[in-house]
Parts: sequence; C-alpha cells; structure tokens
Amino acid sequence: MSGSPTAQETVERLYREESRRVLATLIRLLGDFDLAEEALQDAFAAALERWPAEGVPSNPRGWLISTGRFRAIDQLRRKKRFAEWQHEIHAITVIEGRMDESADESGIEDDRLRLIFTCCHPALAPESQIALTLRTVGGLSTEEIARAFLVSVPTMAQRLVRAKHKIRDAAIPYRVPPALELAGRLDAVLAVVYLVFNEGYAATSGEALIRRELCSEAIRLGRLLVDLMPEQREAVALLALMLLHDSRRDARQGPAGDLVLLDEQDRRLWNQGQIAEGLARVEAALRGAPAGPYALQAAISACHARAARPQDTDWRQIAALYQLLLRRRPSPVVELNHAVAVAMVDGAARGLLLLDSIERRGGLDGYHLLPAARAELLRRLARWPEAATAYRAALTLVKLEPERRFLERRLAEVERD
Amino acid sequence: MQYILLIYDNEQNWANLSEAERNAMYQEYGELGQSLAKSGRYKAGEELKPTATATTVRVRNGKVQTTDGPFAETREQLGGFYLVEAKDLDDAIAVAARIPSVRNGCVEVRPINPHP
Repeated sequence: MSGSPTAQETVERLYREESRRVLATLIRLLGDFDLAEEALQDAFAAALERWPAEGVPSNPRGWLISTGRFRAIDQLRRKKRFAEWQHEIHAITVIEGRMDESADESGIEDDRLRLIFTCCHPALAPESQIALTLRTVGGLSTEEIARAFLVSVPTMAQRLVRAKHKIRDAAIPYRVPPALELAGRLDAVLAVVYLVFNEGYAATSGEALIRRELCSEAIRLGRLLVDLMPEQREAVALLALMLLHDSRRDARQGPAGDLVLLDEQDRRLWNQGQIAEGLARVEAALRGAPAGPYALQAAISACHARAARPQDTDWRQIAALYQLLLRRRPSPVVELNHAVAVAMVDGAARGLLLLDSIERRGGLDGYHLLPAARAELLRRLARWPEAATAYRAALTLVKLEPERRFLERRLAEVERD
Repeated sequence: MQYILLIYDNEQNWANLSEAERNAMYQEYGELGQSLAKSGRYKAGEELKPTATATTVRVRNGKVQTTDGPFAETREQLGGFYLVEAKDLDDAIAVAARIPSVRNGCVEVRPINPHP
C-alpha cells in the first residue's frame, strides 16, 4: 500500500474539512440555501466520479465551488416551464454577476461569517436559529439535530424548511452586519452557540445528562468564531467558558449516570489540556476593557478550575465576580449563584438571608435549584427537618432524572440524621 | 423588494393624547414620510380610522356576512401602514424602527409577494 491517499480518501477528507466553507460560498453565489445544498452534493459527487481518473485538482476547494455553481445553473436551465424560465434567466444572470465580482478566494472566510450571521438572524425564531446553525454551519444531519432536541425528524425538517424559506421570502440579507449593529448581532450568535452547548451539557429533561456531540459541536463553533473574529473578546470568553465547563465532563457523572456536584468530583478526571487552554483564553478575554458577561462567567469557571481541592476554591473572588455579573446582566439565577458563593465566604446563614430575599420577589418560582440551594444551606447548618422540607420542594420541581436521584439521595441523608 | 409595515398601537392611548402630544406625533410622522420619500423608499402610507369604524366581511354559502369590528380583537390595533421599497429585511426593519408608534406599539414587517 502506498502512503499517499487515494482520490476517494481525499474527497472524503475534503467533505469533512471543507464542505461547510464550500456551502457558505455557494449560498452567496446562488442566493438560495436549498439550491446551494443540492449544488454542494452535486459537486462532491462529480469529484468522486472524476478525480480518480483525472487526478485531484490543484485548488480542490475552488474546483468544488465552480463545479457546484455550474451544476446549479444547469439545474435552473433544465426547468421547462416558460414562466419559471423567465424567473430562472434572471436568477442565472444574477448568479453569473456574483461570480464575476467575487471569483477570488479572499472572500471565502467572510462567507462563513455571513452564513453564521444569517442563520442567527433575530428575525428567525430562536429554535430555528439553533437548528439552522447546526445544520448548515455545523454540518449535522437533520436526524442528529432532531435527536438532540428530542423532536421528531419531520418536525425538525419542517423547522429547517420554514427557516430557509423565511430567509428567502423575507429577503434576510447574506452579510456580516455593519459595525453599528455588530455588537447586538454578535450577542445573538454567541447566545445560539451557548444554547447549543447548554443543551448538550445539561439537558433540561430526560435521561441523557451529557450529550457529548452537542458540546463538542458548540466548542467547534466557538473556535470558528474566534478564528474568524479574533478581536471580539466576548467570543474568546465564550470559548473559554465552554472549554472550562466541558473539562469537567468526565467527573460530573457517576458510574450510574448520576450527577456529581463540583465539590464531590474526582478532580483527577478533569481534562487538564482543556483547562490550560480555557485559562489562557480567559486571560486574553479579560485584558483591556471592562469584562463582558461571558468573560465574567468564564472567570468564575476558571476559579473552580484552578482549585486542586474543593477547599482551595477562591469563593471570595467568585462572589465578587457574581456581584459584577449581577451589575452587567441582572437575573434571579445569577442572584442565586451569588447567594451560594456568599454562603461559602460568610456562612450558610448569610446565604439563607439572600435566598429569602430572592424568594420574596418571586423571580424563581418553579425553579428547582432555589429550594435545592436552600436545602443544601440548611443541611450545612444541621437544620435537618427544614432541610428535608426544602429537598421535598425541590423534588416536586426537578425534571432531569440524574438530578432527581441526587436530591432523593440527599433527602434520605437528612431524614436519617 | 417591497415590504408593508403594519403599524399596531393601542387606540385608547392614542385617543387619550393631548392636542399638543398628538400634533407632535403627526409632525414626527410627517418628517418620516418626507425622509422616506427623499430616499426613494416611500410607495404608500395611510393612517386608519379607529377599529370602531371597522366591518369584517365574509361570504359563506354564497351569502355575504358582515360583523361589526376588526378581524381580531387584540390589545393593540392596526392603525396605519407604510408600503416601502427596501433592499432587504434589515433595511425594512431599519425603517420600521423609525416609525413613531413603534416605541409604544409594534410594527409587523411583511414582504410583498410580487406578481408579474
């Protein structure tokens, strides 16, 4: 066997590594998601057919793009009906025009950014933004996305079709937003990536606690954003945050799939490579101007990552970071986390006072982690009956199976004492 | 592309405005209309009379049925519209964001389906 790859292997590798780039450019050239997806498949099919005999072209990506484009024009020309024909002639003229103005390679990376910003356009429903981003930017199959979000394949397919049609029919532009709008639109993109990550990291319901592929995909998307927009510090911060959370993946789950809390995790299972990269990226994200919300969350995660043992955790620093985060992005969930951190610094009784105040304002009614946090603090104060009551309250609200088992275990402990 | 911008606002709030407040709103609408005309975006635009004047018409089994009132009773009512020429959805959204009623009510942006 020779060391050099066969043409087929090259095509397969290119599909893995380049198909999203080629698709992004084809969408710009053809002005239509569906047409571009067909053209992409046609181009790779043509490569499989011709490269074994003709050899791999010197610029395979360029070859795939122009082949895909010609196939799409062919496709349009074959349409017979006159009315359609008129419309297609116009489309072909537009496509050929676009090819002329941007035949060079330098625009390719911009096309990937255009694709991301279009998929995450706020005129699309959030669940459509997520699905479309995973499908077109991430290259996941409709089946995979449907499984990850616990919906049927036809439902997910329908969601994707609707999103693509809205982009076409409402004329959502295929572009990177101008500087004036960039910050707000980037927030939307980062939110989509973080939602994908969280869906994988802590599913809101069902058996699967960790859906690895979604986390890896979110990290891949995060990396892509950092590569494409290295100057955007919140994008760097989001990547750091995801790397640090994900570094604890193997320690978060017990042998039976049970949830293991941070202070009970076997820290030897933490992924040190990911932590090292995460910490370096946090530092980069915190340099210079005031820290954004993702940078603050990443900095909090970094405090945990740096502690070799739970008792080494710098809770004072964490409480201060939550205080800053509250100022930047006030929310009852952040308040809850702040209360838990304060309890670690100033004692459980002080934490309970803060929880009382959150509860009085009612912002977290129905959220199981509020009674769960109360139960935990009461447990630390050895107020067993009250702790048991709070665990029971949390159990009526919890949705995720591993979390339920964890709360049941704790309840049994405090009932014993 | 052409888009229709459907302006929804609370009629009651509008009715409760003082003379001066209403004039200020009309002035703002007037300025917007001029600016849209100048940039070539303006196609049409009108203010509607209140929904109390609305009649909803259906034909069922060949018979015309009319009911008093708008198609849907909602907290905010269709009070006016613009038909504009815009480059794409972002461009249309930018125009919608300049309509005075958008600050209290909302504007629905709908692309026009062109027929040759």
